[in-house]
Amino acid sequence: MDKKLLMRGSQVIGEAAIRAGCRFYAGYHITPQNELPEFMSGAMANLKDGTFIQAESELAAINMVLGASMAGARAMTSSSSPGISLKQEGISFLAASELPAVIVNTMRGGPGLGNIAPSQGDYFQATRGGGHGDYRTIVLAPAYGQELADLTRKAFEYADRYRTPVMILADGMMGQMMEPVIFPDPVNLSELPSKLWILNGAKERPSRIIKSLILSPVAMEEHNWKLARKYEAISGEIACAETYMTEDARLVIVAYGTAARIAKGAIKRAREMGLKVGLLRPVTLWPFPGRAIREMSRLIKDFLVFEMNTGQMVEDVRLSLEGRSNTHFYGRPGGVVSTPDEIGRVISSLYYRRRLEED
Amino acid sequence: MEKVVFKRPRYMKEAPFHYCPGCGHSIIHRLMAEVIEELGIGEKTIGVPPAGCAVLAYDYFDIDMGEAPHGRGAAVATGIKRTLPDKIVFSYQGDGDIAAIGTAETIHAANRGENITVIFVNNSCYGMTGGQMAPTTLLDQNSTTTPGGRDKDRDGTPIDLSEMLALTQGAVYIERTAVNSIKNIRKTKKAITKAFKIQMAGLGFSLVEILSPCPTNWKMSPIDACRWIDEDVAQTFPLKVIKDETD
Repeated sequence: MDKKLLMRGSQVIGEAAIRAGCRFYAGYHITPQNELPEFMSGAMANLKDGTFIQAESELAAINMVLGASMAGARAMTSSSSPGISLKQEGISFLAASELPAVIVNTMRGGPGLGNIAPSQGDYFQATRGGGHGDYRTIVLAPAYGQELADLTRKAFEYADRYRTPVMILADGMMGQMMEPVIFPDPVNLSELPSKLWILNGAKERPSRIIKSLILSPVAMEEHNWKLARKYEAISGEIACAETYMTEDARLVIVAYGTAARIAKGAIKRAREMGLKVGLLRPVTLWPFPGRAIREMSRLIKDFLVFEMNTGQMVEDVRLSLEGRSNTHFYGRPGGVVSTPDEIGRVISSLYYRRRLEED
Repeated sequence: MEKVVFKRPRYMKEAPFHYCPGCGHSIIHRLMAEVIEELGIGEKTIGVPPAGCAVLAYDYFDIDMGEAPHGRGAAVATGIKRTLPDKIVFSYQGDGDIAAIGTAETIHAANRGENITVIFVNNSCYGMTGGQMAPTTLLDQNSTTTPGGRDKDRDGTPIDLSEMLALTQGAVYIERTAVNSIKNIRKTKKAITKAFKIQMAGLGFSLVEILSPCPTNWKMSPIDACRWIDEDVAQTFPLKVIKDETD
């Protein structure tokens, strides 16, 4: 363990990636995450086996990552919302070809060019696969500087373990904010399990093919079911949520990332007013921690979903609850960042309207 | 005493080609397999097949192969080569793949001087999807999307991608050949050999553009298709060494 460092979020991801054994980064700059490719250019230059490529486009970057992953590297690319749209072709190919890779999306306001303010408008794109075809992407949603480091490490581990692309879904706030972080020790690449599927020359073994074209519908169906079984296993193994002050809560806020931090501030204020409010913060957005919410619905009859969008994760909350409890929604799209006071007012108004103060 | 005069190259699988009769891909595949065997690089060569007729190249080459999305061959090859610089990496791409949807990836790989080899098979149309106009389609050439022939004002003119690539400092060797005659096939093999040797020497980006017959989509007999390459295609895309920095 190292000492505590004060670092900007984007750079935390970069340092954590290097320590996770990332040796290949290709990217195309876009605000608000330019500090990440800039950091990677310097960090890779300091490694004898590191590669940094400033790609000519997002498409090129994700496909360089695809190639590096085929060749066995722990590889990463990063971007922000409009650039992530461009990467979806490659993400679909990574998923189809069962290749590990880490993709960082530092979300900004959208749709279209939008703006460079923090937003959560890409939840659907991230959690529903994003690109074409029947696949899923593991999506991790850090909320704190320390978690940027920890989840970046996990992202590479999950990508290799499940041979699938993993997305880190942050936002402009997290990318820019400086927070204290303690980094985990660097991974020793030679101690990682060897990848027996990579393309490194067919020497003393049969030649290998990595591909996504499967012309036979029967074989394609079987491949889809194989992926589906993998996604089912992932769902059972890594779904994760943080709970905060939920033990005695009458109302639980469901929020992730920056929105969850704002909600925490609001919950503290609400608690000072005597309102029994807690937080459930999904750490994995896909797989969605639906079971945690479902189990909570035995005691909690009202959930307030707060997102920095017009209502996306709220659909997963409703699907998880299957009508067992009431789902309310409050959102601010377009890069507007709510204050804890604002969310506090939403909480108290809902709390009294639903008469949650009554026994 | 039997003497073997012709056999399957070591790095071709025992699989019949799916290519149409008279198609140039089969010849080019064989030439490449021969070169890979002769250079002794079969155990360290990684190929990147394209989207297009040659996507199934991985069913024929008995070496490691990793499929690229349409047009992204040079980017995927870049990722492989930078990760494993001691291996030999080639991408195999058609004219629509490399000169339309993948132009950017190709130009920038050349400009970075990526130490990869690109085999660019130019049949002046999109073969797999049924013969639509490609950027390389000749003026007045019929295609399924240029009924009545390619019109300069409506469709633009055939793009000289190889000449464009030659302008980049990172491109070391670019030659245009054809596989429509014995003589041209031999020249093509020499060019492929040279391109791989340049990569083995670590000199930079090498590309061989190969004019290849597509009798099916040109709606010609294989013999007429070979003739048409000489009479028309090679008039627009002349067979020559476009750039050679190794001299």
